[in-house]
Amino acid sequence: MNGSRAAALTVAWRLASFRSRLEGLPAFPIVILGTLALLAIFADFIAPHDPQVGLLGERFRPPAWQAGGSTAHLLGTDHVGRDVLSRLIFGARISMTVGFTAVIFAGVVGTTLGILAGYLGGWVDQVIMRVTDAWLALPALTFAIFLAAIVGPSASNIVIIMALVYWTRYARVVRGEVLSLKERDYVRLAIVAGCSKRTIMKRHILPNVVNSSIVLATLMLGVVIVTEAALSFLGVGVPPPQPAWGLMLADGKKGLMAGYWWLTVLPGLCIMLMVLSANLLGDWLRVKLDPQLRQL
Amino acid sequence: MKRFILRRVGYALLSLVVLSATIFVFVRLTGDPSVLLVEPGASKADIDAIRADLGLDRPLLVQYALFVKGLLKADFGRSFYYRTPVLELYLERLPNSLMLAVVAMAFSLVIGIPSGIIAAMRVNSGWDGAGKVFALLGLSMPSFWVGLLMILFFSVYLGWLPSSGSGTPLHILMPAFALGWYFAAAHMRLTRSSMLEVLGSEYIKLARLKGLPETLVICKHAFKNALIPVLTLAGINLVLMINVAVVVETVFAWPGVGRLFYEGIAFRDFPVVQTSIILSGTMIVAVNLAVDLLYAVIDPRIRYER
Amino acid sequence: MSDTPLLDVRGLTTHYVSARGTRVTRAVEDVSFTLRDGETLGIVGESGSGKTTLALSLLRLLPPGARIIAGAIRFEGEDLLAKRESEMRHIRGKRIAMILQDPMASLNPLFTIGDQVGEPLRVHEGASRRGAWERARELLGAVRISAPNARVRNYPHELSGGMRQRIVGAIAISCGPRLLIADEPTTSLDVTIQAQYLSLLRELQRAQGLALIFITHNLGIVARMCDKVAVMYGGRIVESGPVRRIFGAPAHPYTRALIESIPKLGDSNGRLTAIEGQPPDPAALPEGCAFHPRCPVRLEKCATERPRDSVVGDEHRTACWLHG
Repeated sequence: MNGSRAAALTVAWRLASFRSRLEGLPAFPIVILGTLALLAIFADFIAPHDPQVGLLGERFRPPAWQAGGSTAHLLGTDHVGRDVLSRLIFGARISMTVGFTAVIFAGVVGTTLGILAGYLGGWVDQVIMRVTDAWLALPALTFAIFLAAIVGPSASNIVIIMALVYWTRYARVVRGEVLSLKERDYVRLAIVAGCSKRTIMKRHILPNVVNSSIVLATLMLGVVIVTEAALSFLGVGVPPPQPAWGLMLADGKKGLMAGYWWLTVLPGLCIMLMVLSANLLGDWLRVKLDPQLRQL
Repeated sequence: MKRFILRRVGYALLSLVVLSATIFVFVRLTGDPSVLLVEPGASKADIDAIRADLGLDRPLLVQYALFVKGLLKADFGRSFYYRTPVLELYLERLPNSLMLAVVAMAFSLVIGIPSGIIAAMRVNSGWDGAGKVFALLGLSMPSFWVGLLMILFFSVYLGWLPSSGSGTPLHILMPAFALGWYFAAAHMRLTRSSMLEVLGSEYIKLARLKGLPETLVICKHAFKNALIPVLTLAGINLVLMINVAVVVETVFAWPGVGRLFYEGIAFRDFPVVQTSIILSGTMIVAVNLAVDLLYAVIDPRIRYER
Repeated sequence: MSDTPLLDVRGLTTHYVSARGTRVTRAVEDVSFTLRDGETLGIVGESGSGKTTLALSLLRLLPPGARIIAGAIRFEGEDLLAKRESEMRHIRGKRIAMILQDPMASLNPLFTIGDQVGEPLRVHEGASRRGAWERARELLGAVRISAPNARVRNYPHELSGGMRQRIVGAIAISCGPRLLIADEPTTSLDVTIQAQYLSLLRELQRAQGLALIFITHNLGIVARMCDKVAVMYGGRIVESGPVRRIFGAPAHPYTRALIESIPKLGDSNGRLTAIEGQPPDPAALPEGCAFHPRCPVRLEKCATERPRDSVVGDEHRTACWLHG
């Protein structure tokens, strides 16, 4: 009796604290990212056409509301007659998967190395931080293109490339945090109590830097998506005929001088909305979770 | 002071070593680097010659030493496509990139600094809000998309500006704006926060206590101080602009080093790609070092730190 | 000169309102005092008692969010609160000058000493660049800075803290003001330099016959420097009067506690009495007398009713129920 009541109270309390945590959650980015996620998951059911197959006879159809457009292709067709709407919807799947996996990959690598560097210090710190400093000197896009030129383009390679390019940003921030955490009493206490380094890093350090990593990851999401789009645009990202937004922009150039605006405006708009949402969410999270994380 | 300089120079050199090692390792990571470094369709004899050149049969450390030796002699190999030394190609394109970067920087400062100041002077007002929206858009709109939109509007619809190429002053406007766009947002953010910090300082309070007119307080006492960090960032960003213009230069067919880099990938011209990234990294390490040292010279407090 | 005081403040009230208008901080509440030519008034209180806000209110240079709600400030017979901003500008730096707390931060790092000292002269008296420079040199001499000819060309970071505070003093007296407000001008200086600076201030005051408002939390300095004292607590003046009366016969328990907490030389036996409790949060002042939670002799009504101002002696007033 009593036990279940206590459990119910606990649940209620948890819910309340969860809700207060969500207070002020900005609606715009949540709606946009949620919609994109749904589109990405259910792309097969939502998209009216096959995103990779087109009819040459249907090429360069304008959106439905313009003269010459038809309701069969609501947002028009591209240079080989593929349905733009369907490609945009499937493009969300690519951007979402690449964006999230790359950010998580980079986050796991960067956070781990950051903790090791910060906590162990000495030569481990020196090695990791020298590599971080040197790699940070490379412009992200240039570095990514270089790597893509070596390993060759594919969606899974893009994720690896992004992780290689962006882990350094996590490592630097996390290391800084760990250095200050090391001086806290509870960490010192754990050392005195004889906990192993492994345990301290796992139980005492990691939970305290995870917030920063999450904030950083959200802010990085936008950066990663733009980089992916740029790589695809240059032809070293997601290989054609897949419907990546960056690739669509590259294809759109073929109709640009003829004024086929929808091929340039729409994919870019999708990129912008997603990046904007990620940035807004990241800003909100930063204020909420980690007001100290001012730089980045 | 001397120790500080030595230390910073040491770090910079170390960074360059790590950079070259990184590139060396990555090139060999995929297996046989001669595949990358040999022209498509080369004969067996050519491949063997390249292999001997790289010393692929010798230990890795020796190979690395050979690689660094080549770099130090500024021997970056020949372009497969242009059949000229890569360094020559690069230096030929560099002035174009620099010109583009300078104009882009001018755009970004002309937009970023005044809007940042206005936002700081009217915190939480409509101006400030508009500034925030602008900064967010700047960070969220990829520069190459901005470029494409501009082509669509100014070249295709209005027919005012040439859509690509170089030669006349008109050609530089759109690529420079597209490139400067992102940086304008960054410069605005920094101007705003730096101005806010200065406006809250004691010497601004004292300037007002002296009875100076508000315009003099802002223009003389606040502006100059607030501008220092912005100009430092602009200095770094100018070098960054040269090195991140790949996509914008591609969109507008602007013949800079970014376009060269892109051609390197498009034509599978690996020596060009490798050289571009090495020089890119070197340039940025150098400018970071220069800024660190300059700061130490300007600000006596930094010298005694550490 | 005449009977009208140099400065006459009546019922001055300044509040801070938070950005959303939800929190009101009563930084200065119903403050009145007068100051005659050449007089020195010490304003004493803990941090957060409203001293600095009071000083900035007099010059109408409040930070954003702060507003003068009520009261009157008459300076040389003119109502400062009725003046336009441009008219206020001609008073600041010319007729009323102020010295800020932190000499290290008060000077602009990018301009020479000569430029900054001469600036008020150029603005208020239309001095030429060269004329201002010349006067700056004299002023540096007046605040006892050695080699003024070289110093005018220096930048602030090339000078020590004590020197910079002298320079701030030189800026303050540059236009020959009638009133000088010094907001804890010595707290960030070394003790030996403090003493020098205080005697310099006295000297300048005598030479120019200016009135001085000296803001401090250090009663020892007040005893040395001032003719009159006003003790502030929770935004109000709880006791005011001539220095000798306040130190000889303090009426308010807070003043008494403050005086008892001054360490005395050679009194090895005497204990230092600290004031119990914490200074109040100015955003949430207690009901009644703001001091009652810490007061050792509080009455029942102290917690509910605010004490009225009452006269306890010649020019000696206090707001305490023990005297009401």
